[in-house]
Amino acid sequence: MLYQDTVEAEVLVHKPWFVATMFGVVLLVFMAFNLSGTGFAELMRPVIGEPQTSGIYGRFAIGFAIAVMFTLNVVLIGFAPLKLQIGIVWLELLLLFMAFFETFHLSLPFIGEKLPFLITQGVATTLYVSAISIVIASVIAVAGAVAKLSNNGFAYAIASFYTSLFRGLPLLMQVYLIYLGLPQLGFVINAVPAGILALSLCYGAYMTEIFRSGIQSIDRGQWEASRSMGFGFALTMRRIILPQALPVIIPPTGNQFISMLKDSSLVSVIGVWELMFLARTLGQKTFQHMEMLISAAIIYWMLSICLELIQSRIERHYGRSKMR
Amino acid sequence: MSTEAIIEVRAVSKWYGQFHALKNINLTVHKGERIVICGPSGSGKSTLIRCFNRLEAHQQGEIVVNGVALHGRMSNVAAVRSNVGMVFQHFNLFPHMTVLMNCMAGPMWVKGVSAVEARQTALQFLERVRIPEQANKFPVQLSGGQQQRVAIARSLCMKPDVMLFDEPTSALDPEMVSEVLETMTGLARDGMTMVCVTHEMGFARAVADRVIFMDAGQILEEGTPDEFFGNPRHNRTKLFLSQILKH
Repeated sequence: MLYQDTVEAEVLVHKPWFVATMFGVVLLVFMAFNLSGTGFAELMRPVIGEPQTSGIYGRFAIGFAIAVMFTLNVVLIGFAPLKLQIGIVWLELLLLFMAFFETFHLSLPFIGEKLPFLITQGVATTLYVSAISIVIASVIAVAGAVAKLSNNGFAYAIASFYTSLFRGLPLLMQVYLIYLGLPQLGFVINAVPAGILALSLCYGAYMTEIFRSGIQSIDRGQWEASRSMGFGFALTMRRIILPQALPVIIPPTGNQFISMLKDSSLVSVIGVWELMFLARTLGQKTFQHMEMLISAAIIYWMLSICLELIQSRIERHYGRSKMR
Repeated sequence: MSTEAIIEVRAVSKWYGQFHALKNINLTVHKGERIVICGPSGSGKSTLIRCFNRLEAHQQGEIVVNGVALHGRMSNVAAVRSNVGMVFQHFNLFPHMTVLMNCMAGPMWVKGVSAVEARQTALQFLERVRIPEQANKFPVQLSGGQQQRVAIARSLCMKPDVMLFDEPTSALDPEMVSEVLETMTGLARDGMTMVCVTHEMGFARAVADRVIFMDAGQILEEGTPDEFFGNPRHNRTKLFLSQILKH
């Protein structure tokens, strides 16, 4: 959280000008849409009569009703304590999102039938491809960061060439280049290892930069103190510098992990049966694309939420030595 | 005080790029001797003692510590460094470890001492700097003076032959200076060989065997505290002392 001022400002959503502006904007937005064909308009029938023929008055009435509900909702939430506010807003946004999915009229039995396979095959593959790639990428990142910070010309040149190249090419292209290009050199490589290799190399390059900046953020005095006690380079790195760099490294690395989880969908183009691949193919036969895509979307999101939770746990763990 | 030399500095010069930081320094530190180095900022005093454990490299001359010459290609630098304790202006404690672990780390990881023994030694030295009750706290939970005392204990745990102090009280609140100085005085009384860069002239007068005054990378003047404070020879020294003792 930002560093909070002790002077309490008036709650923004209770300021008259803000409430009025919000009301006006919502009214105009919903007047701009023609909602006369929706269920909400049917509910308004006692006020506006036949929705289809209610014209501008109907639109205004519908927009007005929505604006009143919206504004009232926001103002009321403004009174709640912080935790409750966060919970309610989350819930409402989630409901709106679900309502959006509802408009596709998804066939639940179809989802129920395909979901087990989507999870056992798709999620399992996605998870193990991402997990292995994350581990390899982290190892590459530590080595790359040390190389980029070293005085060794070869190490620096190799590491900077590597980060430049793999950050400079689209991941999709790397996937193709490795899967289709390596056989040209005589290495015939399966789709799964090719995908893992592409993901590890690409994310290793990004994470190299994260690790490098994390290591550089540690005060020079820590190196001097370690050195003055006779610690060697490896010992200093492992026991003094990296443990302190981790709290700096973890938030952006968590980002990378989440991003990797979703970018693992790119290996579907070379025929790996992971979540995205199955989401596209399972619904194809019966043209029920949306069912599978939305299921996969929700699964991706839930997996990301798990990673977010893990990340915040780790951050809290490393926050200990900073607490007074 | 014996005549056995622990640190010998012979005709040492150092440059930072074009800047001549140390100019032909000669100095011998004997076993059990307490030396205070003072001088205006930028005079090279910190640079000099940071050369004693090769945190800085000198380009000319010779520095011999415990019989080992320091140079760029030495293989036993860790052994030399672990025998030379250093206390920094900004403490440089390891913030991710408890106070106890800060003191145990060196002996365990460098000297291969067992955890039990390292713990015993650490507690003994924390007792000596009078903060055994803080052993399980993290450095940020301690005051500046306490942190500096932990830093002293951490260095002592390595059982060094000589202790280097690089302006140990400059970053402290006035109230905390005395607790650190008392710890250092106690060390001196126990016969520790010490080289201190400090502006604490009271400490120099009370503890030092020799006071060295540096200016512009050179040793301008050295002598016993009585000579140095009572009868400074050099005009630059007089000016420095008049500035620093005015308050």
